[in-house]
Amino acid sequence: MSDIPHTTFLDEVAALPACGKINECIQCGVCSGSCSTATHWEYPPRKVIAMVRAGMKDELLKSNSIWFCVSCYLCTARCPRDIKPANIVHGLESIAIKEGYKPPTTTTTMYRSFAQSIVDHGRVYEFGFMLKYFLRTNPFAALKMLPMAIQLFRHGRMPLAPKQVKGKEELTTIINKMGEGGDR
Amino acid sequence: MKYYAYYPGCSMEATGAPVEMSIHAIAKPLDMQFIELEDWTCCGSSPYAGVDKFKAIGITARTLAQAEKTGLDLVTPCSSCFTILHETNDLLKEDHRLADRVRGALAEVGLAYNGTARVRHVVEVLYNDLGPDAIAAKVVRPLTGLRVACYHGCQQVRPSYGFDDPEYPDWLDKMAAALGASPVNFPLKARCCGSSLVISEPATAVELIHKLLENASENGAQAMITTTCPLCHLALDGYQHAVNSKYRTKYNLPALAITQAIAFALGLDFKTSGLNGNITSPKKLLEPFMTAQPEQAKPETTAA
Ligand code: SF4
Ligand code: SF4
Repeated sequence: MSDIPHTTFLDEVAALPACGKINECIQCGVCSGSCSTATHWEYPPRKVIAMVRAGMKDELLKSNSIWFCVSCYLCTARCPRDIKPANIVHGLESIAIKEGYKPPTTTTTMYRSFAQSIVDHGRVYEFGFMLKYFLRTNPFAALKMLPMAIQLFRHGRMPLAPKQVKGKEELTTIINKMGEGGDR
Repeated sequence: MKYYAYYPGCSMEATGAPVEMSIHAIAKPLDMQFIELEDWTCCGSSPYAGVDKFKAIGITARTLAQAEKTGLDLVTPCSSCFTILHETNDLLKEDHRLADRVRGALAEVGLAYNGTARVRHVVEVLYNDLGPDAIAAKVVRPLTGLRVACYHGCQQVRPSYGFDDPEYPDWLDKMAAALGASPVNFPLKARCCGSSLVISEPATAVELIHKLLENASENGAQAMITTTCPLCHLALDGYQHAVNSKYRTKYNLPALAITQAIAFALGLDFKTSGLNGNITSPKKLLEPFMTAQPEQAKPETTAA
């Protein structure tokens, strides 16, 4: 099965970890009704699932939907069919990032800065990854964050240098090896 | 003495530092030992899963494999780490093909994944392995009459790992009551704080934090007692100013992580309890308990 190339958008999504039950969704809407941030989504979670099944890849991945997911898992805890919408949403995010979609949000850049921090240091260095994010998106927005940064620093909550972790090399090896297997 | 393999998670080294201090401060008096996993790395959290699902699972699996080697329960204070570690562990036990792929990657660095680690949350460990009664027995500085809203957050209780109620949990309430405090009704106690969007979509995150502060305060809370999650704690402790300037409100509700509240009630000082690190200072609110309590508490301590 692993040698058959993806045929549809639905296959591509269903092949991702913990996304395999997407076909069993009964479109009841409990996920959308529960979602912490649904009012911000162009297409709320139930619709996201319907669009995957209808093959509406471009419309979906060009929209701001999925990027507002705060991983509250209300959808997942309440879904009557155990679909795990939160996992599907994060799976869709990874497809969008890999395939270079440009949705109208800077959360994509935040994710990438976060991931880069893991690769660079083995652990997320909060201050560094936020700085990188602001430099890549809107350096002026960083000024707005300055009072918060000062507060954190004053309260001993913002170290000015990352820790160096030996496990970083191991992590890089694991990441590369996992990358070799492709997306199924 | 109870022993645990401890995984702090990245935030505990920075924004979560005050909560981290309190966890280590209460461990000894409560006869627990949290042994930090040597040379641990990031769990990947939601953002890495949003960048590459498969690589993210590999990252998480390193920590699971490290924990297995210790033979101890893997305990984390961060609700995001807890969910990611628990979810990945469950997924790898179900999905054999994925597990084989992970084993291949881990073998390259001399690690093995067998699925034997038990992933736990600090709050759950305090509640189940110790329990409110055992905690109450050690209280020397009760928070008598302090009205608190207990914030459990999302990933401590969801998706559900049989840990408290996913809709209306009350373990923090029971532990707060064990400290002498009076938990108030708090309907939004397990709704999201929006932390994951606080950098890239701050307006949305601040909107969610506002709802929580509003709900706690409407119900008469003088303070909040939060989960040990550094993200939840920072959202409630650190973003009150942002909420106030956006919504023209005047919230000044100290947010104590449950472990900070326990540390204080056990008689530890502000600094050791990590309370000096809180941005919304709890000093004024807690001072009366420092001075007035010893007399009140005396008869109980002599009786014990
Ligand atoms: S709650 Fe579950 S079954 Fe209902 S629409 Fe959402 S994903 Fe589908
Ligand atoms: S996990 Fe994401 S999609 Fe699900 S309810 Fe929460 S915010 Fe909405």
